[in-house]
Amino acid sequence: MSSYPDDLLYHPEHDWARIDSEDPNVAMLGITWFAQDALGEVVFFDPPSPGTIVHKDEPYAEVESVKAVSDVVAPLSGEIVEVNEKLADAPNAINDDPYGEGWLVRVRMSDPTERDALLDADAYSATLGA
Amino acid sequence: MRRTPLYDRHVAAAAKLVDFAGWEMPVQYPDGVRAEHMAVRERCGIFDVSHMGEIETVGPGAEALLQRLLSNDVSKIALGGAQYSVLCDEQGGVIDDLFTYRLEPERYVTVTNASNHERDFAWFRVHAGDFDAELHDRLDDYAMLAVQGPLAREIVQAVSDAPLPARMTTATRRLAGAEALVCGTGYTGEDGVELLLAPGDAPALWDELCRRGAVPAGLAARDTLRLEACFHLYGNDLSLERNPIEAGLGWCCREDTNFIGADSIRAARAALSSPGASASVEPVLGPAGTRPQKLVAFAIDGPGIARQGNSIEGGGVVTSGTLSPSLGVGIGMAYVPAEHSALGTVLQIDVRGKIRPAIVKQKPLYRKAS
Repeated sequence: MSSYPDDLLYHPEHDWARIDSEDPNVAMLGITWFAQDALGEVVFFDPPSPGTIVHKDEPYAEVESVKAVSDVVAPLSGEIVEVNEKLADAPNAINDDPYGEGWLVRVRMSDPTERDALLDADAYSATLGA
Repeated sequence: MRRTPLYDRHVAAAAKLVDFAGWEMPVQYPDGVRAEHMAVRERCGIFDVSHMGEIETVGPGAEALLQRLLSNDVSKIALGGAQYSVLCDEQGGVIDDLFTYRLEPERYVTVTNASNHERDFAWFRVHAGDFDAELHDRLDDYAMLAVQGPLAREIVQAVSDAPLPARMTTATRRLAGAEALVCGTGYTGEDGVELLLAPGDAPALWDELCRRGAVPAGLAARDTLRLEACFHLYGNDLSLERNPIEAGLGWCCREDTNFIGADSIRAARAALSSPGASASVEPVLGPAGTRPQKLVAFAIDGPGIARQGNSIEGGGVVTSGTLSPSLGVGIGMAYVPAEHSALGTVLQIDVRGKIRPAIVKQKPLYRKAS
């Protein structure tokens, strides 16, 4: 069932960011439970390459279900330092564990103050009208 | 939005509902499109397709009217028979693709696509004037269920008062007490039946068939199943801008029956079959271009999923694309220049900026190992 963990920051385009506990300039990114539910079973994730620069509020990757393709929007700006290679063989992790095994990329932030514009779990949940 | 008599069942099953041609329809149930797809391939699925329309043509001139409208040879439909055809305009553009069932010597039911039903019925009426036949819009009088898969006949047979009709034939039966027109047809590439019955009887029959093992399946699985089987979807693979010859439906066009559009289709057939088709200087039909195109089936060679509207290097466009749950690769159908339509041809498809190679494959893309 739907869940929006308190330790994450949310972007209204249904993306989350988890600030690294050891390096506050690095964040892990993924899509929310709502996003994966709307999309249905993810069958393909086409990750960008490490080194790619991503820009807050702009698409940086695509996830595809059987029926549709959906852009993934960056909640923060920065450079991709790692992609979740396991998703190539098991993209359904995005459905099964969107905040864990289903993470998409890790980014070194170019402007850590951008995080202040993101939503907390309550504010994000409120945007869903639930 | 319109709702089918099974709407409450879909809500109770927590289906995801979408607007489809003005109908609030289940696109998938909680187990998801892959599970539903595989249930149909391996066991039995049940689809609510009550949004599809029905036109009844009755009277001494019914056969002659349908012969004028439909591309196939209607005189070949035996009593209790079924036939696939297209409905064309004078230019040979496809107005709809249809199944017609002959219920009585002078009574036929033609099943329409939901998105085209009103236009089809209007077209039927406009051309009915010279024929001694009555037309009835029966959309509101029928619910329609498709029960498909290797166990489908067994499951329906168990509630039927008499043996089910064979493939491509139809018969009236009592199913769990309700009168239904049982048709040996489908849109999945599996054996099975389609059932037309009174809307009020549909929920109880749905429940009974589900209780006996039919798995509810939504429009998303219906689409992946039909695409693996290379059945056309109107609005994707068929349109007013394409003629049935390009679409690979020449087999259901009998120009000698003089149906509306026959002359255009005769010309299209000649253009595509002429040895110089690839270098044709004569404009072929419609605004699609001056060179004949053909609808081919393809499978992506590698990762990626092509989608409707993706363009193809050297000309052509994808009209249907998805991930094949049975094959595990991206599949689809595309119109390509005739010279690129041979089996084994590599197509370079522009999938949102990435070029993905795809190979032209034999239809159907999925065939049961038997």
